[in-house]
Amino acid sequence: MDYDVVIIGCGIVGAACAYELAKHDLRVCVLEASNDVANGTTKANSAIVHAGFDPLPGTKMARLNVRGTAMMGELCRKLDVPYRNNGSLVLSLSESDDGILQKLYAQGVANGVPGLALLDRTQTLSMEPNLSPAVRGSLFAPSAGIVNPWELCLALAETAVRNGAELRLSAPVTAIAQTAGGFCLTTPNGKLTTRYAVNCAGVFSDRIAVMAGDRSFRIQPAKGEYFLLDKSEGTRVDHVIFRCPSELGKGVLVTPTVHGNLLVGPNAAPCDADDVANTAAGMDFVRVSAQRSVPGINFRDNIRNFAGVRANSDRPDFIIEASAAAPGLIHAAGIRSPGLSAAPAIGLEVLELLRQAGLELRKKETIIDSRKRVRFHALSDEEKNELIRTDPRYGRVICRCETVTEGEIVACLHTPIPPVSVNGVKRRVGAGMGRCQGGFCGPRVQEIIARELGIDPTKVLMDWEGTWVLSGETKGGTAQ
Amino acid sequence: MTAHELVVIGGGPAGLAAALAAWEQGVRDILILERDNQAGGILNQCIHNGFGLHRFQEELTGPEYAGRFIDLVKQTDIQIRTDTMVLELTEDRVLHTVSPQYGYETFRAGAVILSMGCRERTRGAISIPGARCSGIFTAGAAQRFLNIEGYMVGKRVVILGSGDIGLIMARRMTLEGAKVLACVELMPYSGGLTRNIVQCLNDFDIPLYLSHTVTDVRGRDRLEQVVVSQVDEKRRPIPGTEMVFDCDTLLLSVGLLPENELSRQAGVEIDPRTNGPVVWENRECSIPGVFACGNVLHVHDLVDYVSAESEQAGKAAAAYLRGERPAGTEIRITNGSGVAYTVPQHFHRGTDAVEFFFRVRAIYKNAAIRVMDGQTQIARFKREHMAPGEMENVKLPKVLLDRVQGDTLSVEIEEGAQ
Repeated sequence: MDYDVVIIGCGIVGAACAYELAKHDLRVCVLEASNDVANGTTKANSAIVHAGFDPLPGTKMARLNVRGTAMMGELCRKLDVPYRNNGSLVLSLSESDDGILQKLYAQGVANGVPGLALLDRTQTLSMEPNLSPAVRGSLFAPSAGIVNPWELCLALAETAVRNGAELRLSAPVTAIAQTAGGFCLTTPNGKLTTRYAVNCAGVFSDRIAVMAGDRSFRIQPAKGEYFLLDKSEGTRVDHVIFRCPSELGKGVLVTPTVHGNLLVGPNAAPCDADDVANTAAGMDFVRVSAQRSVPGINFRDNIRNFAGVRANSDRPDFIIEASAAAPGLIHAAGIRSPGLSAAPAIGLEVLELLRQAGLELRKKETIIDSRKRVRFHALSDEEKNELIRTDPRYGRVICRCETVTEGEIVACLHTPIPPVSVNGVKRRVGAGMGRCQGGFCGPRVQEIIARELGIDPTKVLMDWEGTWVLSGETKGGTAQ
Repeated sequence: MTAHELVVIGGGPAGLAAALAAWEQGVRDILILERDNQAGGILNQCIHNGFGLHRFQEELTGPEYAGRFIDLVKQTDIQIRTDTMVLELTEDRVLHTVSPQYGYETFRAGAVILSMGCRERTRGAISIPGARCSGIFTAGAAQRFLNIEGYMVGKRVVILGSGDIGLIMARRMTLEGAKVLACVELMPYSGGLTRNIVQCLNDFDIPLYLSHTVTDVRGRDRLEQVVVSQVDEKRRPIPGTEMVFDCDTLLLSVGLLPENELSRQAGVEIDPRTNGPVVWENRECSIPGVFACGNVLHVHDLVDYVSAESEQAGKAAAAYLRGERPAGTEIRITNGSGVAYTVPQHFHRGTDAVEFFFRVRAIYKNAAIRVMDGQTQIARFKREHMAPGEMENVKLPKVLLDRVQGDTLSVEIEEGAQ
């Protein structure tokens, strides 16, 4: 056997599993279909750490959400991931909403959510003066927060790699065969064998299950569309602002992001697993719906739209269990909202399921459990000066909007999981995330990637395989 | 902290002209801070000709036009600091900067000239629906890839927006062997200069679709198709009018925005119509000793006008440093019918001639520009043709300005003037 455990998929769930497994004396490999980690649902969602009052009491969702959220602050501190515990408010805008708030409160108490409080209109408006005057009251959850989901995924995966896990990118699993005591997985670059496999393939997790002969669930992908607004709108609200949930989901939320922008969305519509297109109807719905809770949002300051696909399934709960059809295969599938919040706890849950399935877990004697990266804009004047003295590239600002330096970009290209695309750099250091959306820095980032990785600039991608940027040289070519 | 008499933020055409004008007025301690690795600003990537017709009565390329000013600066003791980013400007004119060579520094300036230019509106700013594939560029980013880096960005191109950069790139991409299939404009008129429509689209048989927009973008990885629809008077797409273009590249030329993050941070009052600072006739902002010129103030069509405006700001900064302060009460300019904005937004009573720059809201034929003091007409200027894509200007001499009784002047368009 090549490995003790192979994790299929390196989104937030796969990375959380890898992070926990790599602390143990095991041969662990993570297979990711895309050319980067966090490249599916993990990079396109509400980026919320939910308090945990939405899931029905007794479900895995409820238990893992509350546990994951409790773990989040410490985890993000250790791994240097932007996180803010800003709390959330669910608004009541009608009499029937009042009843829903009562129900959510009771659910939250049953789920063990700390500090929940029902607030009246005055209390609510004093906390958030820009809310609709129609607001009647709210459910305040002080444990909720916001996080950078793709950096959390990257940090977990990087730490796993530093602790000895192997990560293979651009390695989609195309076939799974059960062998004596394990599995043989086929990827385009060859086969590998493992005793255990963990299915963290997100919106594709039912396809992985079927490859292993398990047809016990189906993913029903549902798309959510978003607006990301300029930092000029980033203080419109301070908490995560929810509408009352309905059968369509948690509704359109309005929230600051850890980067200081304002995030508005999502809607919910069935879609194909790889459909991340925005629609005029979806965007209109989000705009109108958000203005009911926060009327003053200036959508003229929008800087980007995106869509994410939720891995909803035909079951009402997360599917975190040992496969009955394929012994040794553990599913961590159907991880819809609050999957991001629950992810740290899902890692532990999967560890326990593997132990129950016979995997012996022995902690390594020494493990790395910290991470630090330079965020130039956040340094003090003295620290900036000191850093530039050691490496002048930290004095050259490449991304003007987000103040990201050449030093930071170069550094991220030499981490354990180096990016291979312009958006990969964006996800790691924020270059191109600002109001000009890479209009100025895009060409320069492209150039730095090519230089540092020693590849031709025409080979540098925007994002995943196939997203080429340059078609070739001009007639005059690149000669200066 | 180092002190300088005059600090100019941005070494593009505006900053260069402003610094030179201040030098000619006797200011001897001038520092230009430029974030790129050379002065010249966006002109460096504008390798087409057509610059300088007004200023030098000849057709120069962008780099040539910038070069003339850079040469003049080199003959002075004006310092240009390249690779230097201004991170913060405070109300009392302290600048925080960072550069590879000098690290993190702070400067105190006697006077500041804001000349940071503008940036392009993006796909997000107009929420174009569709896939998140590669192959969608702002026209200026594509221009940098072609003209500075030497790379092509695609082979079959659709351009959304008929702003000047988009039009220039239609010709440039064609000359480089790409096929430009269409230029699509939401409004019923072009946003660019007529000469660019003629020379960049018509001369290459590139169709211009007015009152159309992109309603879908398709392609899983790289762009494969864009869908273009006609729009009604309210700019809503009309179902059934869809045209599908097979293309790998979509260039966006959908407007420019002055880059005023530093100005806002310092507390400079911004005009929501221009997205630039509110200025007096001498281009002084709401913070005394801070002046603005060029595209950071309002987006210009021609660099020649940028240079002229910046010289005014440079002269005014020099006067400020000599301790001169404009006297006279405030007269505000309001936008009458048909006028989108004016620069300056206000002036001092008793000042010399004032030249007003503005844009109209629609196409006008045989119309007139009227300057009104309440019900009294102060001046009237006939125009055969006016369009939003072409900046208008009228100059009011002192004799006319001295007749103003009220404290506001209105600039308005009179339609059907004979």
